Amino acid sequence: RQCLMVSRNLGSVGYDPNEKTFDKILIANRGEIACRVIRTCKKMGIKTVAIHSDVDASSVHVKMADEAVCVGPAPTSKSYLNMDAIMEAIKKTRAQAVHPGYGFLSENKEFARCLAAEDVVFIGPDTHAIQAMGDKIESKLLAKKAEVNTIPGFDGVVKDAEEAVRIAREIGYPVMIKASAGGGGKGMRIAWDDEETRDGFRLSSQEAASSFGDDRLLIEKFIDNPRHIEIQVLGDKHGNALWLNERECSIQRRNQKVVEEAPSIFLDAETRRAMGEQAVALARAVKYSSAGTVEFLVDSKKNFYFLEMNTRLQVRVDSGIQPGSDISIYYDPMISKLITYGSDRTEALKRMADALDNYVIRGVTHNIALLREVIINSRFVKGDISTKFLSDVYPDGFKGHMLTKSEKNQLLAIASSLFVAFQLRAQHFQENSRMPVIKPDIANWELSVKLHDKVHTVVASNNGSMFSVEVDGSKLNVTSTWNLASPLLSVSVDGTQRTVQCLSREAGGNMSIQFLGTVYKVNILTRLAAELNKFMLEKVTEDTSSVLRSPMPGVVVAVSVKPGDAVAEGQEICVIEAMKMQNSMTAGKTGTVKSVHCQAGDTVGEGDLLVELE
Amino acid sequence: MAAALRVAAAGARLSVLASGLRAAVRSLCSQATSVNERIENKRRTALLGGGQRRIDAQHKRGKLTARERISLLLDPGSFVESDMFVEHRCADFGMAADKNKFPGDSVVTGRGRINGRLVYVFSQQIIGWAQWLPLVISALWEAEDFTVFGGSLSGAHAQKICKIMDQAITVGAPVIGLNDSGGARIQEGVESLAGYADIFLRNVTASGVIPQISLIMGPCAGGAVYSPALTDFTFMVKDTSYLFITGPDVVKSVTNEDVTQEELGGAKTHTTMSGVAHRAFENDVDALCNLRDFFNYLPLSSQDPAPIRECHDPSDRLVPELDTIVPLESTKAYNMVDIIHSVVDEREFFEIMPNYAKNIIVGFARMNGRTVGIVGNQPKVASGCLDINSSVKGARFVRFCDAFNIPLITFVDVPGFLPGTAQEYGGIIRHGAKLLYAFAEATVPKVTVITRKAYGGAYDVMSSKHLCGDTNYAWPTAEIAVMGAKGAVEIIFKGHENVEAAQAEYIEKFANPFPAAVRGFVDDIIQPSSTRARICCDLDVLASKKVQRPWRKHANIPL
Repeated sequence: RQCLMVSRNLGSVGYDPNEKTFDKILIANRGEIACRVIRTCKKMGIKTVAIHSDVDASSVHVKMADEAVCVGPAPTSKSYLNMDAIMEAIKKTRAQAVHPGYGFLSENKEFARCLAAEDVVFIGPDTHAIQAMGDKIESKLLAKKAEVNTIPGFDGVVKDAEEAVRIAREIGYPVMIKASAGGGGKGMRIAWDDEETRDGFRLSSQEAASSFGDDRLLIEKFIDNPRHIEIQVLGDKHGNALWLNERECSIQRRNQKVVEEAPSIFLDAETRRAMGEQAVALARAVKYSSAGTVEFLVDSKKNFYFLEMNTRLQVRVDSGIQPGSDISIYYDPMISKLITYGSDRTEALKRMADALDNYVIRGVTHNIALLREVIINSRFVKGDISTKFLSDVYPDGFKGHMLTKSEKNQLLAIASSLFVAFQLRAQHFQENSRMPVIKPDIANWELSVKLHDKVHTVVASNNGSMFSVEVDGSKLNVTSTWNLASPLLSVSVDGTQRTVQCLSREAGGNMSIQFLGTVYKVNILTRLAAELNKFMLEKVTEDTSSVLRSPMPGVVVAVSVKPGDAVAEGQEICVIEAMKMQNSMTAGKTGTVKSVHCQAGDTVGEGDLLVELE
Repeated sequence: MAAALRVAAAGARLSVLASGLRAAVRSLCSQATSVNERIENKRRTALLGGGQRRIDAQHKRGKLTARERISLLLDPGSFVESDMFVEHRCADFGMAADKNKFPGDSVVTGRGRINGRLVYVFSQQIIGWAQWLPLVISALWEAEDFTVFGGSLSGAHAQKICKIMDQAITVGAPVIGLNDSGGARIQEGVESLAGYADIFLRNVTASGVIPQISLIMGPCAGGAVYSPALTDFTFMVKDTSYLFITGPDVVKSVTNEDVTQEELGGAKTHTTMSGVAHRAFENDVDALCNLRDFFNYLPLSSQDPAPIRECHDPSDRLVPELDTIVPLESTKAYNMVDIIHSVVDEREFFEIMPNYAKNIIVGFARMNGRTVGIVGNQPKVASGCLDINSSVKGARFVRFCDAFNIPLITFVDVPGFLPGTAQEYGGIIRHGAKLLYAFAEATVPKVTVITRKAYGGAYDVMSSKHLCGDTNYAWPTAEIAVMGAKGAVEIIFKGHENVEAAQAEYIEKFANPFPAAVRGFVDDIIQPSSTRARICCDLDVLASKKVQRPWRKHANIPL
């Protein structure tokens, strides 16, 4: 998954090259974040030490850094959260300071204290602020004291599922259950009734324990249909604090930001100022001396509530991977971040759509299609959004872009032109004098193109780089360089520029084409082949409702059925933890469990058979 | 017929003569018209094959007719048919009756083009033998479906096939057979058997001269199976094609085994268990489309170089993902197909026998447009070791490439030959020798890349420098040694106490590319990302490679 940001203003922060800096610092993080810090250090002439787990040994941040130290095996609790090993690495490399990036140990007061004891500088807010803000329960109490608006809820630690239900009833449904030590949406669940509260309590505490080593949970009122808006604050050691502008981060999936935008088109000047002032008040209250982010939930009446404070700033396209990098199931699923800006919102959005079309991603599943769809969605364009945007707009899950008639014709015309271009290229041999190649003379390629089970009649004729294509009677002109090896193909269809990607092509006519962000499967046959294809028998396909396959690589956390058990459709069968998220796998139909092919602790790959039903 | 034509010509001349002769001329002309009509009638019958009813029945089974198959396989309008008027000559069992004769007999033959390049084709067909069925029921091959007895092989049928094969050998162009035949035509007796032998002989004569491809699109049983078996590649259509010596009923009566046609000789059996077929396709249309695709990799004959097709993929393209593809732990597997895909043009790889002896990968690809044969050990399956089946699979592929001037690229990650009684009793020594023999014998350009392990005898076998590899590369992760560190130390330091230190020393000394590199057994240690650029460059230089061998009648591969 990518995080993506739409921004109209992008400032750059300069630094004084004469200012005294460290000689060497250690970056206690990984991926794109670590890369960014290392890049900045290089510009400033500071030597860098990377830390990494076993599986990250050949990742980009390790290669970029001057030195690298392995701090343990893959699970974060044994590597990136392993304070002893990191302290050891600091001593060994004689780093003078530590940059924690964000996440991991960046908000860990214990780590900050250890560093202080060894006289190593912690680059970031001081321990007091981390302590105050790193813990959601403490931070909420502090916010209340600083007269910052907070969400009604239970300010203590919840003991067990039954207590959770009692508290939830007191506050009134819906409620939000979240990990006290959490962030980034991990260990966070919404419950609408007692049953969901029990489930949520169980899953959240498991997730919290595995991600943060701290299973304390809190419960508060869930603000339905809210926007998520953040205010940036800056503080110094002399008690000064000021607020910068806001960022709208309402488009979220599982409480992880998917699209960010600045400025928010929802806030008026008055609300903005009120939020900014409260953010500053909070920063002062915790004697905040660094850059940070105060997050608010804003309801439809522009009432805002303090959510949490992050002791960090966020920025730029950044990527922590390069071709060949492993994207491990152990860490955060964010692969890349894209920012575009423009003189107005329309321009920024247009640039973003173009940039998304130019992402070439192979080998992993990604959310480009969704991102592209969000930014052209009419509700998004109007600014009518909330944190429930995705579940409102795609109640049954996102199924890909819905083609308009003219878009469909464009896709069919491009696909047909590509097909003919491949066919023509297949006749281009380096001339072999012994036996000449006599190319068939085909002026009009009569094709039958299948898309979404519908068959379209296409006639294509080629003239140099231009194809004249007739799709179901309407005529289109398609022009391109027709470089058949390039992963990206820039095509002009009747003057409209499109960037498409041909992801796969089979001799039998199947082709996958990424068009407008979504991947479409088409089958193209010559008219003769299509006519004869009618006689081919349907192949018996596997009934997928009776088999449960792993949707992604991950680790089986729990299996709740055994052979012979009766299960109802939608019932939880097992839980897979992947990308640090627990995914509940449910039965596709009501039936009996025939066989179980996995057990807790197993590592499974994408498509692996987990459970069969009868 | 010749007489009739002479008469027709004479008639044409006479028609301009004086009116006094007109009456006589008129009678001659009418005779000419009747010949024309007969020609037309014969053609029409031949084009209809066994008639609409038979065609419909064939379609109902999800199969196409012989002519439909040819029309899909060849470029539109390129088919030139021969022997459309041939009929069988059998007079017994009432076969001489006109109603039992069909122009073209039961096979369509001729030549045509695939993407502009010449090919000879025969396509066996099912025609209206309905009247004969009572006679054929006692045939050596028993099918549940009577209609498949069509396409049975008569002397005339065999003669037609032989004619185009002879021509293909003479001009130097491949032969593609689309097999769909009920076997020998019982009514013809020994003439039918002779017909098979005539085809076998030509298969053997053509072997190594022109590529021969069989696509099994229906039943192929009894003696008929040996023609595909003699060709270079045998492909099958899933669910509708079968290959076996004897059908399930004979199996039951002789060995008392219960087995279905599909289990005995279906596409799955032959592509996964027996290794008889090289690949299977979904249906007739898919198979013929794929066959066109496949044909583009092949040279027309042994006199032609490997074809070079227009290529858009830059020959100097770097492949950064290869720098991290080999796992750090030498016990961890990775997929060699990923390496192949990223090195070759446009990730296009036509794998041969993808589901049989999966510990070795063989298939065709292109490098800078030129066809190459790829051989690779597959660490994902049985650690990529060599065993009986993988040796035979590799050997046959290497020999095909060598016979048809296709350069060989070998990716090596091999821990050795598979030990055990099953392998030894099965003859791993003589079978393993086949692969060794094939690589040693090959005179085409040979480029080898050792990605990780190259242990023991298997190192020698896998297109090593010692077998005249032209260019042999090692990646930095290469370990070229007699065996892995653990095994070696157990032998060298038997009884010693400090085994771990010894093992570390062995790894330091041998688990790297240096021992081979200092001896010149590898030409260079290369950055994996540069592999494609290096190979493309080498192949350009090696295109003019010439090797002279001492004269011999033929070599004697350990079969």
